[in-house]
Order: sequence, then structure tokens, then C-alpha cells
Amino acid sequence: MKVLVVDYKMGNLGSVRRSFEECGAEVTISNQPKDLENAEKFVLPGVGAFKDGMARLESEGWVPKIKEAIGDGVPMLGICLGMQLLAAKGFEGGEISGLNLIPGEVKRFVPPAENERIPHIGWNEVYSTQGAVLFDQIPSGTDFYFVHSYHFVPHDPANILAETPYCGRFVSAVMADRVFGVQFHPEKSGKPGFALIRNFLKI
Amino acid sequence: MLKVRIIPTLLWKNVTLVKGIGFDSWRRIGTIVPAIKVYDTREVDELILVDITATLEGRPPDYESIYDISGECFVPLTVGGGVCHLDHIRNLLRAGADKVAINSAAYGDPELIRESARMFGSQCIVASIDAKRKTDGTFECYSHAGTQPTGKELGAWARQVEASGAGEILITSIEKDGTMSGYDVDMVRTVTGNVRIPVIASGGAGNYEHMLHVLTAAHCSAVAAASIFHFTQQTPLEAKQFLAGHGIPVRNFNVRPSGARNGFARV
Repeated sequence: MKVLVVDYKMGNLGSVRRSFEECGAEVTISNQPKDLENAEKFVLPGVGAFKDGMARLESEGWVPKIKEAIGDGVPMLGICLGMQLLAAKGFEGGEISGLNLIPGEVKRFVPPAENERIPHIGWNEVYSTQGAVLFDQIPSGTDFYFVHSYHFVPHDPANILAETPYCGRFVSAVMADRVFGVQFHPEKSGKPGFALIRNFLKI
Repeated sequence: MLKVRIIPTLLWKNVTLVKGIGFDSWRRIGTIVPAIKVYDTREVDELILVDITATLEGRPPDYESIYDISGECFVPLTVGGGVCHLDHIRNLLRAGADKVAINSAAYGDPELIRESARMFGSQCIVASIDAKRKTDGTFECYSHAGTQPTGKELGAWARQVEASGAGEILITSIEKDGTMSGYDVDMVRTVTGNVRIPVIASGGAGNYEHMLHVLTAAHCSAVAAASIFHFTQQTPLEAKQFLAGHGIPVRNFNVRPSGARNGFARV
């Protein structure tokens, strides 16, 4: 299984590579958008701000190639910022258009409770919807590792794959056809993270 | 519910792990990659790795070692020591660090935290603060591995690093560090009371009760500890079991009375 990891210079690619290799994938980290033509699956990782992430995807020519690959039915997994960039727009660093692959917006957490601190950092429960292939064999409510201040608000509930209780409740995984996004870091979530990566590799 | 994190801290000096008392008299405790593997196998919540001599020796972080270490680490890894330029942060993140801790350099260059948070996101910038209690009961921040007083009052400095965009604060009591006599709860409370970002308490953990005390009295988001895990038989997993028994939400141990566990409990 050949998996391409999009290198648009937004954060930690080493752990993404290692975790996918650990799950049996053949991983290429690429900064060449044309390499997507040969990928069987691809991952859009990323930490950092929405504005910078989108600007880099655009200036380095990734946007049309990502849309082309998705049009061809190549499964994609967005992680953290990579999930947020799937949205129509974000508000980190001003109002910015995203990849617009899943209708919705990315907004900053508004903590309602005194004891809820932002960023949301640490292990928290992920409640998946029934029958979600990405969460096959992973009990709903399993803890995954999060580190973020913004979250994806999809317009259509049909795109919601999982939710997590924080600042009320937020969407921690989304899906549209073969495009997947997770707000948490499967590559940093130990065994449950590996289980999720294996599920993605099976799609 | 967001879980409280139990974070082993690994101090690192010339490719060997060390642990000191009061930021001094370092004892060698082994090499680093095997230690990381053990913690990874045991599914700790997170790890902090600090190169304690980088700043004192005026050298940049050791990216190659971080690359090797992160390759064995599938839990979140915070790396600190010698971080004083944006390039250091970029290279550490590329080498596999998930978060980067900035300490000494922040005092001389207040823009460093602001710039790095803007460029890489607040969520990966940890402001590491080392402090000492003064005779009047207030706390003063120290730089360069606890050797240089900065004149900064702890609460004010904590607010400043938060305003600059730090995503988290790691507060270490220089005097408590390595003593295993308990966290400086007042010091941690001074930080948690002044900021709304997560705070990691560090310095002084000697048993699980110390962790419970600082979590309930100072409302920090995580506890870091080193000596307790290196020099005693106590483990992060047992710590979590103990805390869960006292109603603190931790990973892998369910505190709800229903007794329902997730599928990855009891490793």
C-alpha cells in the first residue's frame, strides 16, 4: 500500500511516516504535487495556523492536485490542521477559504466553563457514529490525543463521523465519501491510533 | 472528558539521561532511546525531553538525536533545551517533536514566543518556566537551567507568555526539583490563577499523593515527574490507577461508577 504524505512544511511529518510504516504502509513524504498521481492513498497532516497552511497548499500547487486525486476516488486522511483545511473556510488569521471539500467552517473554541482551558491539549474521548469504517473495532468513547484551539463545524450532520466532549461537544472526525478528517492525532495516540490508521489503509 | 496527563520528564545531557537535585548534581540514569521505548510500550500520556546543557553550552538542539528518538515514540513528545531561534523550532518539529519548550531565550527575546506561535501555532509552543520562592512569599523566574535570576515575578511572566501566544506552561520549582518532597502547590497555583492556558506542574513529585494534591489544590492540567519514575518502583500506570480511585479523570482507567472501560484499558 503506497501512501503519500503531503509535505507542505506545516509540522511533524516524521511521526506520521513512522506510524503508517508501523501499520504496514509504504510511505513517501513528498513536496511534489504531481506525485499524488501515483498515490494509492494520501495524508494531509499539519500543525499550525489555517491561514499559513492554506497559503502554502496554494503557493506550492497542491490544491488542484488534491482535488484531482479526490475526484479519482483516492482515499484521503486529513489530520488536525489537515482536517480543518477540508472546510469551506476558517477564521484563524482572518477569514480564509479552505479546500472546500466538506461544507463547514473552522472556529475557535469558546470555553463556557472556568475549568476548560484553551488549547484543548491531551487525551479525550471520541464517540464515533455507528458503522463508521474508520472506527471499526475501536470502541466508541476511546481516548485519542488532541492539541488544538480551533474546531470544525460541518454544515451537514451527515459529514459527522465522531464527536468529543469539550467546551460542550465538538466534531472530532468528519467524512465525505472517501475523504476523512480527524482532529486528534492518530500517529500520537498509541494503540487506538494504530487501529485507526489500519482502518484507513483498508479503505 | 479531558484527562489529566501524567508526564515523565527525561533530562538529557550528552546522549545520556540524567537526573539531578535542585538543578544540580546530575546522576546518569541510562541511555535515551531504550527509555523512550519502555515508556512508549507502557503507553504513557506524553513525554517531555529536555537537553539540559544546550543553553549553558550555547549550542543548538541536537536534531539528529530527536529524529532517532521520535521514531520510537508514538505518544506526544515535547522537546526543550537550547531553543532560541525560529529555525530551532522549525527543525525540531520536522525532526519529530510535537511541541517545543522555550525557556531561557524568552527572557532576552520577548518576540520569540509571539513569532513562533504565529508561525507554528500556539498549540506547539510550551513556555517552560523555572522559578524559586523568595523570602516575601512571591516567586522569581530563573533562566539558564536555574542559574540566572531574571527579576521577573512568576504571575506577571506567566501572563506575558500567555499573551504572547504560548499554548501551555510548564512550571518547575527549582528548589523542589529532585527532592521528591511534593510539588510547590502555591507556585503552581500562582500560574494557574493567572492564565487560561493549560499548565503542567513539575518539580518535587515523590509519590502519587503529591500528584493528587497539586491536581486538586492548584487545578493544573498535567503533572510531570522524573525522579519518582527513575529512582523508585512507582510507575505512570500506577499513578493513574491511584488518581482514578480518587475521582481524577485519567486515560485507561475509567472513573465512572458504571465500570465500563474502553477497549484499551489495562495494558
